[in-house]
Amino acid sequence: MLLIHCPYCGPRSELEFRYAGEAHVVRAETPSEVGTDDWTDFLYHRSNPRGLHAERWRHIHGCARFFNAVRDTRDDSFKATYKVGEARPQLEGAAVEAQAPALSGDNLGTWSTEGER
Amino acid sequence: MQRFSGFQLVAKALKSNREWRSQWRDAAPKAEYDAVIIGGGGHGLAAAYYLAKEHGITNVAVLEKGWIGGGNTGRNTTIIRSNYLFEESAALYDHAVKLWEGLSQDLNYNVMYSARGVLMLAHNIHDVQVFKRHVHANRLAGVDNEWLSAQECQEFCPPLNIDASTMRYPVLGGALQRRGGTARHDAVAWGYARAASDRGVDIIQNCEVTAIERDASGAVTGVQTSRGPIRTRKIGVSAAGNSSVVMSMAGVRMPLESYPLQALVSEPIKPIFPCVVMSNTIHAYISQSDKGELVIGAGTDAYTSYTQRGGLHIANHTLDAICELFPQFRRMRMLRNWGGIVDVTPDRSPIIAKTPVKGLYVNCGWGTGGFKATPGAGNLLAHTIARDEPHPINAPFTIERFRDGVLIDEAAAAAVAH
Repeated sequence: MLLIHCPYCGPRSELEFRYAGEAHVVRAETPSEVGTDDWTDFLYHRSNPRGLHAERWRHIHGCARFFNAVRDTRDDSFKATYKVGEARPQLEGAAVEAQAPALSGDNLGTWSTEGER
Repeated sequence: MQRFSGFQLVAKALKSNREWRSQWRDAAPKAEYDAVIIGGGGHGLAAAYYLAKEHGITNVAVLEKGWIGGGNTGRNTTIIRSNYLFEESAALYDHAVKLWEGLSQDLNYNVMYSARGVLMLAHNIHDVQVFKRHVHANRLAGVDNEWLSAQECQEFCPPLNIDASTMRYPVLGGALQRRGGTARHDAVAWGYARAASDRGVDIIQNCEVTAIERDASGAVTGVQTSRGPIRTRKIGVSAAGNSSVVMSMAGVRMPLESYPLQALVSEPIKPIFPCVVMSNTIHAYISQSDKGELVIGAGTDAYTSYTQRGGLHIANHTLDAICELFPQFRRMRMLRNWGGIVDVTPDRSPIIAKTPVKGLYVNCGWGTGGFKATPGAGNLLAHTIARDEPHPINAPFTIERFRDGVLIDEAAAAAVAH
């Protein structure tokens, strides 16, 4: 069973969470101008990498919030968890060893709508 | 190829069984093939066999990064059935069942196909209505399926508990496909490998594909492998959980996500369990192997992964349901559990199709139900590769159906939460 660091609540058992698919899949601002292929890509195509994967989780039995994580799908180790609106951490190469971010009260309770979601 | 027969068995036994030869040639890669199959599982080996047998294309290589039978072929729970709801699916899976029925004779290899019946249990009024709909749809499509009362379910499967006073989700009845059953999964891979090799196919193990080469027009020209480059104009990808990874080598983005799917087996016991029982609602999935182990299918984990593990709570959930349906198994010991990686499409139906890349064909997206389709999937992939166009049975199972909105939504077809 996985130990997952909720950026709001800290480390909790996998059982408290719900997986919510790939992160940073952005819905078009003007859907009526988007072509069929782009809609197909948005709705159905996923990167499904063997390696680092940015993904959304929801802490359903805790704060109930969505957050993002980078996990290595080769061994299920979490490399980072971060709040919605924050950019995906750069973890390529040696930096893969980076651990989950330190727990702090900064921005607790804010819901950023900036940047990628 | 040495043919297996009763006479051969006796003749070899009289010489202490020392004269049996290898069942297939362990080939080294040649510089060029007419077609290359990536993935030496049951599906890929079957495709190579039918390319040689039905289409006369014998200059074929099957490239397997590990060993034959070491992937999902050896990790599944060996269930065979074709009682899917939609006509496209019923036709697809029934094509496979028809091949299963004559496969041992066709391959001269005992794949131990056993039509012992697959019973899908209903636990609430919604289940009853849905399964009756399935039964009627299947019978209209020419696929056998019948409705049994709870009492009839127990008569068909005596270990089944139907005492409603002891169950949180009592058994209200079930849908039975009598032609459904099991086969010996390793034998399927070995039998296809042997028969394909006999027809000239090179089965190349420990050979991982690292790149797919294309020319200026975009058509495939070959592959790079851990055992050197191989030229070919036709590539069939049959890589199950790794399909996304292989297809990305050709720059094709797929509507797939890969999840661990777990299974477990008990200690072996005397024959007690005569059929296959599935329950979608409380998620049980159980049969007994000919060796005596109870074979239990658990669910997929919630998140994508390539780990071939999965969390124990997923397997435990299935055991909860098994213990309620079959209280006498409560003290059984589970010997092993494991996970395989399954590639899941958004509509939970597979893809057997041409791709946007000329010369590249794909068989993927079988999710939690690939084993039952092994002969049919290989047969249809071979047809698609040889003719450069799909067979009418796999024509609906394209990649483009997601763009065009022609989904074949079988998300409720498996007893596996996914």
